Amino acid sequence: MTLVEFIVFAPLLAVLAILFGSPARATAIVAAVANLAAAGLMTLRFPVEVESKGQVIFASSRNLLASPNLNLAFGLDGISLVLVILTVLVTLAAVWASPAEGRIKGNVKLYYSSSLLIASGALGAFCATDLFFFYAFHELALIPTFLMIGIFGSGENRKRTAWTITIFLGVGSLILLAGLIALLVETGGKSFAFADLYAVGDKIPADAQKNIYLILLIGFGILVSLFPFHSWAPPAYAQAPTPVAMLHAGVLKKFGLYGLIRVAMPLLPEGAAHWQTLLLVLLLGNILILGLVTIAQRRLDTLLGYSSVMHMGYVFLGIASGNTIGLHGAVLLMFAHGISIALLFALAGAVRERMGTLDMDELGGGLAKKAPALGLLFGFAAFASIGLPGFANFAAEVMVFFGSFQPILETKKLGALQWAGILSLWGVVISAVYMLRAYRKIFKGPLTDKDAKAGIADLTLTERAPALLLIVALMAVGFVPGLLLKYLTPTLEAIAMSLKG
Amino acid sequence: MPAYALEIIVFSLGLVLLLVDAFAKLEDKRSLAWLGMLGLVVVFGLLFKVEPRAADDANVFWRFYSDSRMSLFFKGIAILSTILVLAMAIDYRGLIEKFTAPAEKKAHPQAGLGEFFALPVFACAGLMCMASATNLVSIFVSLEAVTITFYVMVAYMRRNVGSLEAGVKYLILGALSTGFLVYGFAWLYGITGSMDLAEIGAALKSGDVSPTAALFAFSLILVALGFKVGAVPFQMWIPDVYQGAPTPITAFLSVGSKAAGFIVLLRLSAVFLGSEAVAGQVAMAFAVVAGLTLIVGNLTAIPQSNFKRLLAYSSIAHAGFLLTALAAAPRKLEAGQLSSATVVAFYLGAYLLMTLLAFLVVGLVRVHRDSEEIEAYRGLGKSSPFLALALLIAMASLAGVPLTAGFFGKFFVFQLAIQGGHWWLVTLAAIGAGAGFYYYLKVVAAMYWDDPTGAAAKAAAIPVSALTRAAVVTLIVLIVIAGFAPRMILGLIG
Repeated sequence: MTLVEFIVFAPLLAVLAILFGSPARATAIVAAVANLAAAGLMTLRFPVEVESKGQVIFASSRNLLASPNLNLAFGLDGISLVLVILTVLVTLAAVWASPAEGRIKGNVKLYYSSSLLIASGALGAFCATDLFFFYAFHELALIPTFLMIGIFGSGENRKRTAWTITIFLGVGSLILLAGLIALLVETGGKSFAFADLYAVGDKIPADAQKNIYLILLIGFGILVSLFPFHSWAPPAYAQAPTPVAMLHAGVLKKFGLYGLIRVAMPLLPEGAAHWQTLLLVLLLGNILILGLVTIAQRRLDTLLGYSSVMHMGYVFLGIASGNTIGLHGAVLLMFAHGISIALLFALAGAVRERMGTLDMDELGGGLAKKAPALGLLFGFAAFASIGLPGFANFAAEVMVFFGSFQPILETKKLGALQWAGILSLWGVVISAVYMLRAYRKIFKGPLTDKDAKAGIADLTLTERAPALLLIVALMAVGFVPGLLLKYLTPTLEAIAMSLKG
Repeated sequence: MPAYALEIIVFSLGLVLLLVDAFAKLEDKRSLAWLGMLGLVVVFGLLFKVEPRAADDANVFWRFYSDSRMSLFFKGIAILSTILVLAMAIDYRGLIEKFTAPAEKKAHPQAGLGEFFALPVFACAGLMCMASATNLVSIFVSLEAVTITFYVMVAYMRRNVGSLEAGVKYLILGALSTGFLVYGFAWLYGITGSMDLAEIGAALKSGDVSPTAALFAFSLILVALGFKVGAVPFQMWIPDVYQGAPTPITAFLSVGSKAAGFIVLLRLSAVFLGSEAVAGQVAMAFAVVAGLTLIVGNLTAIPQSNFKRLLAYSSIAHAGFLLTALAAAPRKLEAGQLSSATVVAFYLGAYLLMTLLAFLVVGLVRVHRDSEEIEAYRGLGKSSPFLALALLIAMASLAGVPLTAGFFGKFFVFQLAIQGGHWWLVTLAAIGAGAGFYYYLKVVAAMYWDDPTGAAAKAAAIPVSALTRAAVVTLIVLIVIAGFAPRMILGLIG
């Protein structure tokens, strides 16, 4: 068993252990810590010089079917490595920040197993080097999410929300499946292995590339909440229990973006070029339209839900630019956004637990006076989310914007991509407006009489630790982006080359 | 041992069960079911010991009978589903006793139970013959052997109006479809002068046969077999019969009977698809029926509130996916490509696992909660976590969630359809599968989201016998393994 196989299956083994009576919280934390250790070990041993595209490290492959060639195959390239680090960090924070067993009303086993299943699904999808398991693992999260929101979700509408997210993601996955099978058929249909697909990928006719890329863009787009397929996401994140919101918004949603970069773009470069303008229009919808919608939110949970959807627009901008620097920015932003949104949801969960509501008018402000640590950490998270220098988000967004302007060195005039970059920059202003406003309203306002008398506890150590873990990760990458970028460069340069054709 | 010995053993086993029941004066007739299961387990083992017929064996018998890997696979499906149906019947015996007990007080309370354990064995023998039939005569005879046994089993609870109604409906529509089948066979014989599928295929291929007449024969056969497998627009009987029949028999109908219907359909469609003159229209007819079945089956399942009825519509929906595989049958098979017969066989194998798992739970809930409404499943996640987990996995697999057996079935079907360029069928199948997420998860939501209401709130956990527990665990493990490694099933098909 390689490290990668360990990392994918450790959460599943933990689920089995919990099912057979092992204490849920302890088992989940042990599995998450083991995964973090394994990911650390892999990072240390990961060689930086990976030359050709499709080359993966720590590769393992178990043949399941000879014809068509199906393998339970895992391995890491630079992008996978960064996303695996993201996943193990967020998973550990999510199970750590989950309520203690006595405070969960209902099935404790189900609560912790669901988080682990979602984590395992994300890890499997990021590590798979076989198209089939790339798709299949992602779906592992579907039913746990459905159950968790329906049982443990907050709010009156939680059942409705659970249905919405499940149907949306189910249908999105089916569209994606159709696209992936079409891709498979175009490459001969004999093998699911990424390496085999890359080997024949260049020969797909242009017409087929265009059609398949569109299907994949819609399929992946639904999963990433690309405008106008976003409407499932904000209510789902708002009403999901904290660990699910953290894992889903932080990690699982990155699957669609990863798929575009790892599968759609290298195999369908002409399709990507053909639909670039469409993607630019849609991502501006994410940034500008949904940005304004975010400003209008009155509740912290839906505000965070919309802000998470909005920030996907920047990642799409990096993907649309298709050059080395833009792609670097996109992947780094996937990491930064994943950590910062998970942090925000964890802290929002802590606020809800103390105040019983997340309605910003009812909260009344001044929470920082009662719970200074909560206020401080939330401030960090909010600044990271806006993209202040010093946080990974800043480094990533700057690279995305540079990426959108880089082609101007050759064309010497503003094209669609540059205009999209210019308009997207306003998104930073929008982010600052809603985030700072929310921060002021909840934490820095005058203390209401009711709250002044009420005993509002500050964050406990168990709540502080996971938040600190995430903040440290954000700042480390923010000050030294090279920590992650060096792993990305070989893979992304190869993809950018194939796009230039 | 030659393959046909298996049918002889199974048929004799049925006779032995009847004789034991008649002469042995058993105090507890469950031993009949145990005897039946034991016998069938032995036969299932013998299935792997079958020696293929010698290449030079020119016995005329082999024109009636095929012992290909595919036939053996379908025999395996028949035996396995019968074993599980008998296991279910043991749990279900209370209700059978209640609705068949003789009027006089002195009679043994299990007086009506014996045949309930013997009949599935006869049906199994019929299904096994059907899996091997390669001649219009043997197809017809084995099909009738199965159908007539089912007439009795569906109406078995004679003091229950629902069961009787189901029996009458099944009898009338079944007889009608048999009429269509015979008429179609007569035409086929008339135009080709042979009852043998190989010769019929050769005659159709030669082009000497009028395509119109061949298509007429095909459409008659399609009507009859469409009835057997539950294809739209011949699906009307399915919900009522499934709901009214005793639950183990419903499970048997939906797995064994459907599988047998599909192997006959596969054999007959291969004959027509081999002929250049009619292949196009035949494939088109399959595509139309498949599209209708996908839409009607999946969309009408959405509003159902009775779980057994829901499973009936789901059975129609799955027939739609299977027919899609037939409609998209590739003309020329390339290396590394799965044939549509393989895909259908795989799908049915997966379907057997997940459907029987669902019915095992349905039967238990019916016995202990006295209801088949989805309402009755509320809170099952708390009161009987084991059964709820089993049903969760069955529903996930039926819905086609990856890493379960059901997903591979759907995956292969989608692949065939996309390979053949049938994009509108792919669209309908995607809509159907999307609807499937809703109606299968509806049951999951009831089990886990809701708290039980009324009498169920106070009800204790449902007791699960060791046999049922073993069956459930085995099915769960097989579903998950087949979800990772389809070779488990594909390897058997050959």
